[in-house]
Amino acid sequence: MSVKSTAPRRTTRGSAAKRRSGEPGLVQLLTPQGERVEHDEYAVDLTPEELRGLYRDMVLTRRFDGEAVTLQRQGELGLWASLLGQEAAQIGSGRATRPDDYVFPTYREHGVAWTRDVDPLNLLGMFRGVNHGGWDPNENNFHLYTIVIGSQTLHATGYAMGVAKDGAESAVLAYFGDGASSQGDVAEAFTFAAVYNAPVVFFCQNNQWAISEPTEKQSRVPIYQRAAGFGFPGVRVDGNDVLAVLAVTRAALEHARSGQGPMLVEAFTYRMGAHTTTDDPTRYRSEDERSEWAAKDPIARLRAYLDREGLADEDFYAGVDTESDALAKRVREGVRTMPNPGPMAMFEHVYADGSALVDEERAQYAAYAASFEDAETGGNPGQGH
Amino acid sequence: MTQTMAVAKALNESLRKALESDPKVLVMGEDVGKLGGVFRITDGLHKDFGEGRVIDTPLAESGIVGTAIGLALRGYRPVAEIQFDGFVFPAYDQIVTQLAKMHARALGKIKLPIVIRIPYGGGIGAVEHHSESPESLFAHVPGLKVVSPSNASDAYWMLQQAIECDDPVIFFEPKRRYWDKGEVDVEAVPGDLHRAVVVQQGTDVTLAAYGPMVKVCLEAAAAAANEGRSLEVVDLRSLSPIDFDTIQASVQKTRRLVVVHEAPVFYGAGAEIAARITERCFYHLEAPVLRVGGFHAPYPPARLEDEYLPGLDRVLDAVDRALAF
Ligand SMILES: Cc1ncc(C[n+]2csc(CCOP(=O)(O)OP(=O)(O)O)c2C)c(N)n1
Ligand SMILES: [Mg+2]
Repeated sequence: MSVKSTAPRRTTRGSAAKRRSGEPGLVQLLTPQGERVEHDEYAVDLTPEELRGLYRDMVLTRRFDGEAVTLQRQGELGLWASLLGQEAAQIGSGRATRPDDYVFPTYREHGVAWTRDVDPLNLLGMFRGVNHGGWDPNENNFHLYTIVIGSQTLHATGYAMGVAKDGAESAVLAYFGDGASSQGDVAEAFTFAAVYNAPVVFFCQNNQWAISEPTEKQSRVPIYQRAAGFGFPGVRVDGNDVLAVLAVTRAALEHARSGQGPMLVEAFTYRMGAHTTTDDPTRYRSEDERSEWAAKDPIARLRAYLDREGLADEDFYAGVDTESDALAKRVREGVRTMPNPGPMAMFEHVYADGSALVDEERAQYAAYAASFEDAETGGNPGQGH
Repeated sequence: MTQTMAVAKALNESLRKALESDPKVLVMGEDVGKLGGVFRITDGLHKDFGEGRVIDTPLAESGIVGTAIGLALRGYRPVAEIQFDGFVFPAYDQIVTQLAKMHARALGKIKLPIVIRIPYGGGIGAVEHHSESPESLFAHVPGLKVVSPSNASDAYWMLQQAIECDDPVIFFEPKRRYWDKGEVDVEAVPGDLHRAVVVQQGTDVTLAAYGPMVKVCLEAAAAAANEGRSLEVVDLRSLSPIDFDTIQASVQKTRRLVVVHEAPVFYGAGAEIAARITERCFYHLEAPVLRVGGFHAPYPPARLEDEYLPGLDRVLDAVDRALAF
């Protein structure tokens, strides 16, 4: 049974979809109630298995994220930036990529990492404070998390310029936030991408907040409309609708791959949690707003659709729950047993070519540290402080 | 009138007083409004002074500093907050190529009374870019003043003085000391903004430090006293200009100097101090000026910061080496 045959395509095509979304220009394929609607320009035709796969991805991602929040509260992580509420935006866009595409995330793209087969435990190292990233970006074509807001959009653009020079048919996907849209780097990335017709898709998760500042503090026009001024297309998609995000991102990546240049996708979504575990959103936003968005939950929406169409049964949901529990357990145990780096790790990889200065400081530090070991073992009683 | 308050509260009170006493003072930055800043330094100011004076800016540091320059040209006195040390760099171009030179280029016809507040330094277990000490990168630039308080009283008064100053001031706040309490006399007449202060008298070795490391040096002095060594501690307070006279007077007494900072030693403030003090006190010195500080390596992940940050032991190790000379 394919989606095509079950979805009442004609009746809700175009204007109806627009009317339902309540937002002109917002691409939606699944209403908050889980009804399938069609759009003039963007379509997906997924098998039931693929649809269940998206559901599974979102549930597992949310579970992993929740587990990380708990681990932070327990002191196992120093910090966590939760993606709660943004699962559809991340899974939909991540699943639109091909293995040869390259992804440049911010610090919140745990769901995208999942779709790139990055081990979730790899993401936790920097939040635990044992490394600054540490995974090999080339293993999954998934760059390190970038904390300095907006920087990675330029790296993505440069990477895409390289892809084009090589004559390769890959695309680059650059994530950034609504707040990041204000950074000069992001504007420069748009400029370079446009001028060089670089195969890059700028994917903005407009989760309505940049810490305590609402999107109105960043822009007086919808963010997707910015692209027009730079000379490439922009589109706003319902970021809590995994099908629409998948369809739009696929189309955008194809646009880039086929030599038509960059595109901007604005996924309209909501940060359901705090900015990070150190943040207190009650200081700046209302509970009403949050509950309004809770009614548009991306997972509940897809589940409603699966149920409505009879595409998943209780066994399937039970299976996903079991998998979630296993993932959570693996993450918990993995984090708790994650080794601390030895102090000498500080001096590693400062230069690819090595450095006499670093070597000298390393040796001095090693001698200094050894003087304590000597003192502790009674080897050098005169020297302890 | 003396009150006990944390460094964070002292900064908050200082901003409040500045906003009250001069209608041209503006507070601007990311999340400084309703949230009161991520460290709550601007807590309550948005509510009391309104968004015309306490401004949540777009997320763009070059924009914050660049527009602060324009506001200053129009007669305002902006106090800009950079959220963390590692995020000042998008604004570095505006600071170095514009802010620092504009007064000189206009042959003194315009003034740039801008304060850029930057929480800096490590010790709070943070992720990358939240623990750095980039003060030398600013002290190296002619036209900028660079200061850093180490305690609540200085936090309160030095910020007042920085806001009153007609030159641009980069105001480095030792974030791991935000919660340290101290006495603040809000009616006292403060000393010069750029004067160093001997915070602990001693005779054997001088420790010179600023910001977060002053406390470490005071603890080192207390530990050394138990071993019969008398350390003098100078709180530099200002890195540009540096009060070399106070350091010189101390070194002429103790004949030994150890400079301590979190920032990497290589090209750090300690290098400048070592050079100048060697020039001024060559015949008084019994040992070369030693430096304790960060390594020529990126600030490490949080689980290693205790190893990276100079602590009591590393300071005392340098004291031993100075005395052994
Ligand atoms: C250059 C820079 N300035 C400030 C910060 C501090 N900061 C971290 S996240 C954030 C808000 C980002 O908002 P947005 O781009 O909307 O992404 P979101 O966190 O909502 O995913 C800020 C100001 C930073 N990381 N980098
Ligand atoms: Mg945001």
